[in-house]
Amino acid sequence: MKIVVAVKQVPERDAAIRVGADGRWIEEEDLSYTINEPDAYALEEALQLKEKHGGEVVVVGAGPERVTSTLREALAKGADRAIHVEAVDLGERDTLGVAQVLADAIAAEAPDLVLTGLQSDDLGLGQTGVVMAELLGLPHATIIMQVEVTASGLRVKQELEDGWFQHVEMPLPALLTMQSGGNKLRYATLMGIKKAKAKELKTETAAAAAASPSARLERVYLPQRQKHTEMLTGSPAEVAAKLVQILKNDVRVL
Amino acid sequence: MSNGPAGGVLVVLEQHDGELHRLSAEALAAGRMLAAKVGGRVECALLRAPGQAVALTGVPGRVHAVEHPLLAAYTSDGYTAALEQLIRTLTPSHVVLPHTYQVRDYAPALATRFRQVLLSDVTAIHDTETGPVFVRQLLQGKLNADYRATGAGPCFVSVQAGSFLAEDAATDAAEVVAFAPVLEAAQIRTRAGERFREAAHTVDLGSAAVIVSVGRGIGEEANIPLVQELADALGAELAASRPICDSGWVPMERQVGSSGQTVAPKLYLAVGISGAIQHLVGMKGSKCVIAINKDEHAPIFEVADFGVVGDLFEMVPELTKAVRAAR
Ligand SMILES: Cc1cc2nc3c(=O)[nH]c(=O)nc-3n(C[C@H](O)[C@H](O)[C@H](O)COP(=O)(O)OP(=O)(O)OC[C@H]3O[C@@H](n4cnc5c(N)ncnc54)[C@H](O)[C@@H]3O)c2cc1C
Ligand SMILES: Nc1ncnc2c1ncn2[C@@H]1O[C@H](COP(=O)(O)O)[C@@H](O)[C@H]1O
Repeated sequence: MKIVVAVKQVPERDAAIRVGADGRWIEEEDLSYTINEPDAYALEEALQLKEKHGGEVVVVGAGPERVTSTLREALAKGADRAIHVEAVDLGERDTLGVAQVLADAIAAEAPDLVLTGLQSDDLGLGQTGVVMAELLGLPHATIIMQVEVTASGLRVKQELEDGWFQHVEMPLPALLTMQSGGNKLRYATLMGIKKAKAKELKTETAAAAAASPSARLERVYLPQRQKHTEMLTGSPAEVAAKLVQILKNDVRVL
Repeated sequence: MSNGPAGGVLVVLEQHDGELHRLSAEALAAGRMLAAKVGGRVECALLRAPGQAVALTGVPGRVHAVEHPLLAAYTSDGYTAALEQLIRTLTPSHVVLPHTYQVRDYAPALATRFRQVLLSDVTAIHDTETGPVFVRQLLQGKLNADYRATGAGPCFVSVQAGSFLAEDAATDAAEVVAFAPVLEAAQIRTRAGERFREAAHTVDLGSAAVIVSVGRGIGEEANIPLVQELADALGAELAASRPICDSGWVPMERQVGSSGQTVAPKLYLAVGISGAIQHLVGMKGSKCVIAINKDEHAPIFEVADFGVVGDLFEMVPELTKAVRAAR
């Protein structure tokens, strides 16, 4: 089974975020980057499917040069090949534009299964996977926890709202958007890191962006606080004393 | 065949087993607000099997009931094809949907059929001289962003839970007009089984009076006892954000949020939790929220009554000590 996993590189969660000078995106200078969390689970699922059924796992990521470090990490964890779709102007493209360059790279691979994360930690659009499925003409299912290969295709466990789940069946090829938590993530071993150096990481240049995107990000800014939060300051001991007073007098739980 | 006016706002209501999803009313509120800005009337759409009863209390005006036997159960393929046909017939300028799991599943494909993108999980709509601006959160709520639709339309918008307040129920009954899409069984490529839940919850956080909840700021599993001790000192239940449960550091049944439990204790003490929307929807009904987080911009402070900007590894042991002393 040939599986393509779309992995996005996103800022580290703990990164201090500053709005860029033009007010249209964040300052990228001193940010550190990592793999988008649900994509790490998508990769893990792909690696486990390969271990069970054989085949190949190819990772694909679109973005500037720095994206290759995340693709290398995926290779170190066990992916067989990587495709870097190089584009420095992803921010100028809408979701459809980003999905299109990824879909072009994926179509050329003609995989049996495409896995994406359900949502990116930075843009949080929650739709690139579904848009790709539509562009590639594949059946899809979203927010998937587990994947099982059957005689007629796939049987997947889908998370629903309020703690419900259901199984969904579909033929292959197909696309799934993966939720976090379905598996335990593996770490890259030293051996894996060494092996990754010899693996193929191919760079393709993304096709030029469409003339007119259908949505434009105009401005980013810190949210205005709507609620008045009383901030407690002082040494940890002082703050603890204040909190105890609040627990006694205001909240009345002590 | 119904002939709606060109333009206007079409709100897609979501129903499960004949009951409207609770966010349908919020999508309707957003749709009405948007129509006030962009002009045109507001109409609703609803997908169902022919003859299926759906309670439409509180829904005013015209409802296009998109009816077909293949819509008896939700499928992305069925919903996408059916709504595409309705939208091509009505030609609304905007289509507003609730940002539910179901909408996440089909709306991006639906927008793609029109070569548009979905403006997803919108929290506010502002008026400008050059048209509406849609506000979305970035980086899990750390930043806001203004988006503008620049395509030929229709403009697809899904709205975040809790962002647009549902209005008082209208008293007039809806005028329901049927719309019959052309669908074939072969178009539908996925098949869903029965819904099920995992093993019954043995802890009912919903009735806990005090909850200490821990997030990824705790760093590693070995540090969990730190918050457990605070919870014990307070006589509280321990809860956690999703990544903590995903890692197996705290049992899944203690997860709070949209895919976990919804809680409303007297006190919710959030330790090292950033406050992503999927977490907030599960706990913002708490009477008092206290948050400890080292990042002063963490979105959790948006819903906190009292906040402490600081290192939980210094703060939590001090607090445990002070609580024990006060007992
Ligand atoms: C469909 C869907 C459903 C989801 N359902 C849920 C759900 O039910 N429940 C849920 O919780 N999430 C859910 N999520 C995930 C959610 O989006 C967030 O990713 C998650 O809530 C983040 O958890 P966190 O706050 O613990 O981690 P992070 O966002 O990583 O935040 C950690 C916080 O700890 C702080 N911190 C770090 N170190 C320290 C320190 N030493 N002292 C003090 N503070 C520190 C940081 O400043 C940061 O704010 C869902 C996501 C999706 C897409
Ligand atoms: N630039 C990218 N490179 C690779 N994969 C991406 C990229 N952007 C989005 N994706 C994939 O699409 C998923 C959903 O992203 P989003 O629609 O931005 O929330 C991610 O989890 C990735 O799997």
